[in-house]
Amino acid sequence: MSALTVTRLCKAFEGLHVTTNVNLNVEPGERRLIIGPNGAGKTTLFNLITGELTPDSGSVQLFGRDITKTPSRQRPHLGMARTYQIITLFPRDTIIHNVSLALLGLSPARWNPITDIKHQGHLVERAREALERVGLAHLAERPLAQTSYGERRRVEIAMALAQNPKVLLLDEPFAGLSIDERRDVHKCLMAIPRDVTMVMIEHNMDVALEFAERITLLHFGEVIVEGTRAEVVDNPRTREVYLGH
Amino acid sequence: MNARLIALVIAFAALVTLPFWVSGVYYINVSTQILFYAIFALGLNVLVGYAGLVSLGHAGLFGIAAYATGYMLQIGAGHTVAILVALIAGVASMAVFAVLSLRSTGIGFIMITLALGEILWGLAYRWISLTGGDNGISVHGRPAPLGFSMASPTHFFYVALIVFLLSVVMVAVFVRSPFGAALRGTRDQPRRMNALGYHVWMIRFYACLFSGLLTSVAGILFVYYNQFISPQTLSLTSSAEVLLMVISGGPGTLLGPIVGATLVVVVKTVVSGFIERWNFLLGAIFVAIVILMPEGLVPGTVRLWRLAWRKRAPSAAVLPAKAEPAP
Repeated sequence: MSALTVTRLCKAFEGLHVTTNVNLNVEPGERRLIIGPNGAGKTTLFNLITGELTPDSGSVQLFGRDITKTPSRQRPHLGMARTYQIITLFPRDTIIHNVSLALLGLSPARWNPITDIKHQGHLVERAREALERVGLAHLAERPLAQTSYGERRRVEIAMALAQNPKVLLLDEPFAGLSIDERRDVHKCLMAIPRDVTMVMIEHNMDVALEFAERITLLHFGEVIVEGTRAEVVDNPRTREVYLGH
Repeated sequence: MNARLIALVIAFAALVTLPFWVSGVYYINVSTQILFYAIFALGLNVLVGYAGLVSLGHAGLFGIAAYATGYMLQIGAGHTVAILVALIAGVASMAVFAVLSLRSTGIGFIMITLALGEILWGLAYRWISLTGGDNGISVHGRPAPLGFSMASPTHFFYVALIVFLLSVVMVAVFVRSPFGAALRGTRDQPRRMNALGYHVWMIRFYACLFSGLLTSVAGILFVYYNQFISPQTLSLTSSAEVLLMVISGGPGTLLGPIVGATLVVVVKTVVSGFIERWNFLLGAIFVAIVILMPEGLVPGTVRLWRLAWRKRAPSAAVLPAKAEPAP
């Protein structure tokens, strides 16, 4: 059974077709890279998969379960997590509070209006573990506003990992990072175990190609090339629309 | 014992002994007004400060609770029944408000709550058989729980103080809870919260109900204090006034709405006795706050205090600032 199956997915904004009959089949544990020029519909595809956008037609299945009509807020409870291209965190709070919020999102305790959140020991402990996985445990109590861009990227990944996802969608995790920061994020991603299926959008081909097992090339909302790393890189269409001659 | 605890103990002692050190009934009554307006502001602050939802119709809910109390007493119900009906009416009305207004956020939410508040104000004027129209409803007598009469200003002050302290504790517990953290999350990053598995609409809805409960409590105290309720209480001016209490004191803080309520009530009642154009003064104060401390008096003072402290002790500047909100 595939981890993530997207079938004939279509989306148009007032006549502008941003996703046209997209098919995607990601096997459990696979590392899939989605590439394409700007405006190819990569982030829109993520938004359709996570339910932030409703498709005009087509379906999305998570481990064989049709989730096309499942509200986006319920998808994390089914094992889907994502990061954003533009970092979307809680800048007034500490790093550990950010990760705790991610854990709380899947816990019935989120409805508790009485107990002090600081007394939710298990949450804090698990948040610290998630931060350790991305190498930020030593900065746990630091306000997010006092962190670097690269650290925030890692906080985003820690939040996603804290939710123990089965499928993790990463939207340009290397965007805007320095060489050192890129190396840190790359290390975090490579350390994620195989029981997490990963789909990543990325423009930085140096790090992305190292990550990817299979690659899907999108162009004007359509899948034009798909295959193994070697197949896609060698394909003339890839060179024509994306890599250049 | 840390500084915050000492300040709390001093404030508590000052409040409890207030009738002994203020001169005359007038100032006790002013203090009582501050207490129930502070509860009203705390209720609105749950939405404005912690949920990021600005309501301009809260005076309507405040008025519903006050009218419900007055009406029930008028038809011969006891105080307990009147208070329970008022609480239920206030929270139920807030639920209707929330269902209609949570379809939107930002300016849309403001406009819908404003419109709903105006509808209630219009009903209070025109539904004469229920509200008495312009003449309003008079309330005779105050409850006497366990034989403790609230007839005297001092006794009523103590009852208002107990209710106020309970409200402060409720809000403090709520804000520090996981639900409070989730609510603040929906204020800062609703899209992200949704992607993390939170039901953003439902969180906002429950916050509205809590806000409605506190507003209703304040409305009940108001009607027992004044022993009269008229449509003026539901006007847009009243909604704007309590919103200014929250904004001037500092939205999203526990102390801010209390300070804001104190400021507005003192200028309206005490300063107006000395300055004829007190509205002008109040407006000038608000303008000064917006310019000098846009985050509100409480967070603004904390910011200035920290700044002054760092100037005095430069080494303190290297210490990481706390991410906790101002008190």
